[in-house]
Amino acid sequence: MMSSSSDELLRRGTDTAIDVKNLRVVRGKRVALDDVSVQIARGTTTGLLGPSGCGKTTLMRSIVGTQIIADGTVTVLGLPAGSADLRHRVGYVTQDPTIYDDLRVIDNVRYFASLYGADSAAADDATAAVGLEDHRTALCGNLSGGQRTRASLACALVSRPDLLVLDEPTVGLDPLLRVDLWEQFHELARRGTTLLVSSHVMDEADHCGDLLLMREGHLLAHTTPAKLREDTGCQSLEEAFLSVIRHSTAA
Amino acid sequence: MSVTGGSISVRHPAQHRSLKGRGRLSPQAYLATTTRILRQLAGDHRSVAMILVVPSLIITLMYFMFQDAPHRPGMPSPFNNACLIMLGVFPLIVMFLITSITMQRERVSGTLERILTTPLRRLDLLAAYGTAFSIAAAAQATLACIVSFWFLGLDTAGSPILVFTIAIINAVLGVGLGLLCSAFARTEFQAVQFMPLVIAPQLLLCGIVVPRDVMPDWLQWISNVLPASYALEALQQVGAYSEPTFIAVRDIAVVVGFAVVAMCLAAATLRRRTP
Repeated sequence: MMSSSSDELLRRGTDTAIDVKNLRVVRGKRVALDDVSVQIARGTTTGLLGPSGCGKTTLMRSIVGTQIIADGTVTVLGLPAGSADLRHRVGYVTQDPTIYDDLRVIDNVRYFASLYGADSAAADDATAAVGLEDHRTALCGNLSGGQRTRASLACALVSRPDLLVLDEPTVGLDPLLRVDLWEQFHELARRGTTLLVSSHVMDEADHCGDLLLMREGHLLAHTTPAKLREDTGCQSLEEAFLSVIRHSTAA
Repeated sequence: MSVTGGSISVRHPAQHRSLKGRGRLSPQAYLATTTRILRQLAGDHRSVAMILVVPSLIITLMYFMFQDAPHRPGMPSPFNNACLIMLGVFPLIVMFLITSITMQRERVSGTLERILTTPLRRLDLLAAYGTAFSIAAAAQATLACIVSFWFLGLDTAGSPILVFTIAIINAVLGVGLGLLCSAFARTEFQAVQFMPLVIAPQLLLCGIVVPRDVMPDWLQWISNVLPASYALEALQQVGAYSEPTFIAVRDIAVVVGFAVVAMCLAAATLRRRTP
């Protein structure tokens, strides 16, 4: 009892997981992000949506702290993005599975467990959480695309991060697997993990509590699926998004 | 009681974490990375076989090449010289190649960027590479030394242990140069071609093809700043003198210094933030 109430107090003190202010990122000669400001609350599942090339990955890399930024600030869990103290609290799963193909699934997960200071029991849990128990001794190079994505996810789950940033985790997966993965994301959210999930498929937006809509390096809207439908009068989120784009270009 | 219990369960994770952030984790991350690299290498059976056996085979080939070659009595046999040079050159070449390609692969596949988002320290990563490939080099040099000294009658005035040690130090130098060069290669194809660029001039100028003192002054100066010159000179000293000479010890120190500098420069090329 005592612990849960102090936990709540702690959380209330800093309930912003991600605070981006006037972020500007230049990649090559292109402005990838232009004056993006957004706040994401702790414990939420936020979908980052927009056509490919709109700056989703760049925003995510800025939040994880691997992106050199031109201007603005990114604060994650109360600290500047990329701080040493954040490295075991923020999990990042890139769009292409970044695992060692010449290692077995369990060796990959155990390796990342050691880097985060977790034990091999945590590695077993993470492998089970992504449903790869039956493939734990398989070489990652021999896995299917979906299985490699899940192995890559397990390598991030193993640190039990407070914030999990997932770049298009369901791209190229069959519908059954997508449902499966979203089930796992919801389970993580229930346990208090803040999730930021990007996608260019609008039909995934309904899985998220909050939505960020992006286009050409700009943030168009920070909304919820229900509010987006209400504001635009569209039932399908796909149409709703298109309507937001039309409005923003007209204005 | 319940109050104390509560406060511990709330504070404990925070304490635990702050310790983790202070690099207390490092030995674990370093050891895990070393194990991971060795496991990747061990999974590739054909590479393991080639790393272990090829130097011994080449040295054996040289033994037969020199078998009937005339040599002046009282002088060391030409095979002796050549074999000693090979024991020093192989770890340098092989480890340079393996390291630059492995590291280049790690950069391109995105795993490098990913492990740099974890608490892993950059020097731990480089030290892990150095350790893992030095272990591979040690296995290689052990076999090559056994074959050379026992079966092919290699004879050095100095201790075979010293020959073995210099071989390992050359391997560390190869790893250091490989890690550094991998930063300048965009593809594996380019990484392979750093071998003739970085290693060949060192071998040509180190005094085994043309003695250093008969080369033009400007080439001698270039030779003076290349690490392989010192590595080979150290081996020749061990071949000629029964006790470690001042020159041999100095040369070994210089090679170690080069390896450390290469590692530090390589660390500077590992960026947590990229454009």
